[in-house]
Amino acid sequence: MLALLFILFAGLAIGCALAVVAQRNPLYSAISLVGVFISLACLYVTLAAPFIAAVQVIVYAGAIMVLVVFVIMLLNVEQEDRGRARLKFLVPTAVALAAILIAEVAFILVSVQEFRVNPTGASSDIGLTHSIGSQLFTRYLLPFEITSILLLMAIVGAMTLARRAKGEQR
Amino acid sequence: MDTVVDIVLKFVAITVAFVVVLLIVAYTVLAERRVLGLIQGRLGPNRVGYGGILQPFADLLKFILKEDIVPDKSTRFIYFLAPVVATMAALMTMIVYPFGPEITIPFTSITIPLVITHFDVGLLYVLGITSIGVYGIMLAGWSSNNKYSLMGGLRSSAQMISYELALGLSLIGVILLAGTLDLALIVEHQSGWHGLRWNIFFNPLGFIVYLIAAIAETNRVPFDLPEAETELVAGFHTEYSAMKFALFFLAEYINMFTVSMLATTLFLGGWNVPFAEDIFGRGTFLFGLVSAIGFLAKVIFFLFLYIWLRGTLPRFRFDQLMDFGWKVLLPLALLSIFITATLIFLFPSL
Repeated sequence: MLALLFILFAGLAIGCALAVVAQRNPLYSAISLVGVFISLACLYVTLAAPFIAAVQVIVYAGAIMVLVVFVIMLLNVEQEDRGRARLKFLVPTAVALAAILIAEVAFILVSVQEFRVNPTGASSDIGLTHSIGSQLFTRYLLPFEITSILLLMAIVGAMTLARRAKGEQR
Repeated sequence: MDTVVDIVLKFVAITVAFVVVLLIVAYTVLAERRVLGLIQGRLGPNRVGYGGILQPFADLLKFILKEDIVPDKSTRFIYFLAPVVATMAALMTMIVYPFGPEITIPFTSITIPLVITHFDVGLLYVLGITSIGVYGIMLAGWSSNNKYSLMGGLRSSAQMISYELALGLSLIGVILLAGTLDLALIVEHQSGWHGLRWNIFFNPLGFIVYLIAAIAETNRVPFDLPEAETELVAGFHTEYSAMKFALFFLAEYINMFTVSMLATTLFLGGWNVPFAEDIFGRGTFLFGLVSAIGFLAKVIFFLFLYIWLRGTLPRFRFDQLMDFGWKVLLPLALLSIFITATLIFLFPSL
């Protein structure tokens, strides 16, 4: 049952990820990316991590991608023309990077002999909200606070950039 | 074999819940038209069936039979996708709401819970699916290739993103009180004090913020700027006709219903009816029945509130809307978190 769900959502994630790259219309790419995030969230649920799944949907699919789609709609980006690669050096770079990535994956597959798909059942409580919360506020308090300060700085920075100077009219 | 039985049972439960919910939603539409008529000193639809009782079905038939016009220069795939996303996102949250406690069917020993499923992050699930619903409206506005639709879509997404914050923050007080995100457990938590230990008494400010933000989230009057007729024709669904329009219509009313259910579940004690437990005893069939009816009654009260507001209030201006969301509701929501946290700190037994 879990394997079936894994195949379904993994396939969906890969298909959507391919569509993100392959689509010429930026809006289609953005929607495909939403599909990737949602299928990843479903995978997290099968891995007994419902909190991460919910956060994935709320933050990525529900907030960040909405902003991306918003911007695409506002800017009215036209369909990208095919075959006008201005930065020619990108193609060999991409090939080289892809080769390295594939080599890494192959290395992992070869070197890790004990390859078991062992999804933790519902009995595991690591992914539950309670354990995540208590860990965040005890053991990982410092990284948590540093992250929140970082976010606060980002908010203040955005405010400073976006607000109008005194006396400046619309 | 057990998993198959489980899946079939869940499927049946989901079907029953969806049919019940869709029926209530259909009659909300009728009720809205009749109540609006009452408020405005006219009759409203009362010709189809006794007192208009069959009006929703007549409307449905009309929606199906109308010609489905697709604008020439629309982005077809997304144009078709948008109403589906809107309706699906609206319906999907239905599975986590506890409609009632576990009940035992009379003369048998079968107990069934009146909830389709409940899991650890039920509340976050609801918020997540709701945030997906924004796409339906945004994409509809963009793909119609119509300036009114685009303006409506942009307005609506800006509005929903802004009010989502206040909405989410207003719920934190309840989470603090209950100590869980599981909706079924949140309702259980409110069952003390003869069924009157409702969160609204501990967190009234959060309730008010939630109620206002929820009305804005569902794009209803007085926050219905995305479809402000006087300026935007019909907003994001200007170009939609026939059944596709009906899907948006349906999504709006389902969203009203789910938002009312969330308000009931989180603030008004869910299925807890005062003194029902003392009279009938926990686990009996009558207790379950009374509780479920109590739950629906509270939800219907909220639906009535929606209609009442629509008949009473004028529409906001867009800058007023944004100012109100960010400068009034958001600080109030933060204040409610602070107050609730202080309460819990002072009285840990809460």
